[in-house]
Amino acid sequence: MASLITCPHCGTRPKEEFSIRGAAAPKRPSPTAKDEAWHRYVYVRDNPKGRILEYWHHVAGCRRFLVVERDNLTHEVFGVTDAAELERAGADE
Amino acid sequence: MRYSAYSIFKQALSGNRMWKPAWREPQPKPHYDVIIVGGGGHGLATAYYLAKEFGITNVAVLEKGYLGSGNVGRNTTIIRSNYLLEGNNPFYEFSLKLWEGLERDFNYNAMVSQRGMLNLFHSDGQRDAYARKGNGMRLHGVDAELLDREQVRRKAPYLNFDHARFPIMGALYQKRAGTVRHDAVAWGYGRGADARGVDLIQHCEVTGIRRENGLVVGVETTRGFIGCNKLALAAAGNTSTVGRMADLELPIESHVLQAFVSEGLKPVVDHVITYGAGHFYISQSDKGGLVFGAEIDFYSSYAQRGNLATVEHTMEEGVSLIPGLSRAKVLRSWGGVMDMSMDGSPIIDRTPIDNLYLNCGWCYGGFKATPASGFCFAHLIAKNETHHVSRFMRLDRFERGYTIDEAGRGPQPNLH
Repeated sequence: MASLITCPHCGTRPKEEFSIRGAAAPKRPSPTAKDEAWHRYVYVRDNPKGRILEYWHHVAGCRRFLVVERDNLTHEVFGVTDAAELERAGADE
Repeated sequence: MRYSAYSIFKQALSGNRMWKPAWREPQPKPHYDVIIVGGGGHGLATAYYLAKEFGITNVAVLEKGYLGSGNVGRNTTIIRSNYLLEGNNPFYEFSLKLWEGLERDFNYNAMVSQRGMLNLFHSDGQRDAYARKGNGMRLHGVDAELLDREQVRRKAPYLNFDHARFPIMGALYQKRAGTVRHDAVAWGYGRGADARGVDLIQHCEVTGIRRENGLVVGVETTRGFIGCNKLALAAAGNTSTVGRMADLELPIESHVLQAFVSEGLKPVVDHVITYGAGHFYISQSDKGGLVFGAEIDFYSSYAQRGNLATVEHTMEEGVSLIPGLSRAKVLRSWGGVMDMSMDGSPIIDRTPIDNLYLNCGWCYGGFKATPASGFCFAHLIAKNETHHVSRFMRLDRFERGYTIDEAGRGPQPNLH
């Protein structure tokens, strides 16, 4: 139900400790990218139904940005990863 | 049948056996001039005004559930026009004026009750902000009054005036604001549209939008293909799902908002009251239930049910504002799916596809907008021109840099 989030650093913590930043799917364009790319990044959302990635900030814990994989129809949580770790894994690919 | 005191009297004499259903249950025709996707408040209001004001009656409203099964039947029923921004205020005031004449207009008792709304403030800064908003409203010709603490106390003596952290210093008061019986709005508009020849087709879900040469030719539905000259989307909550069928790129994220009602109580809350220290709002229904709510659950959601942490937070805010509330029992709670837009304001506009029209992004303020939204959307569909009060609510305003950010919170949908 997304009431408990298992932070990779702090363990299982209540939802109220986190601040939710929003969709983690949009990728930040390069600073020199065209306005169109920035418009898409800032404003346009796929908003899919089902399994999604979302940034959660553990403000009342380790203060790390986490990526929560979640189903937005059943509210089931599949996994929680540190955002930096995910970024590094993406860079390795 | 026209409803009146006479019709009630006459039906009573025949044992109330002669009442007819308020609308037909037609089979879909192969083709319509206009198809509206979504049989909620906005879709039905659009159909009603298309038929009544613009003479377009070869119209179908397609609804995947039953009429009014979405947010028009799930909200906290508040109507008001206390907005600051140029892009918002004239639109919501137009809506409030339509509410004022609505029941006479569509011959249905929607129980419009202009009981007044108190937006409480709790600090000097907040008082200044509310005074500015009130002045903005008055410049638009809308009623607004800044009340001091004692004036508020006379209206609502049960509030927690001496709260240690958030004492009540006064309120911005809009006397013409109030509540409306929400389901009756859907029923009244539906009945009025049906009587003018609009087909209200329930349990008919749109599964695809068929296009030829860059134009919409019709929709695939669970009841087969239905053709149309113009297609209008009013599917708030599921706008992204329907929009994807036409490859629309939308600034929308879906979120769940919860609402609550207490057991029936004797009349106690005479107004609509909002808590400036939180996001709590409360009024009392004619049945006696206290109807209240607060923030969305903050994570994206398509589920029509919410999280217990938000339930707890809402109760805490309520008891902080009205200590006596701790003695009342909650009867029911429910959730609705909101189109949260990137600036907290809606979209009524054309799309990159010439005969596809879009009405969406109502966040959790769509109910009060129902009449104006329907009127302006019908105007747009009928004349291909934006109605002047909705001229700021454009789809391309984000890339042009003309967002309507009433709360000033930037492009984060869960903060609006």
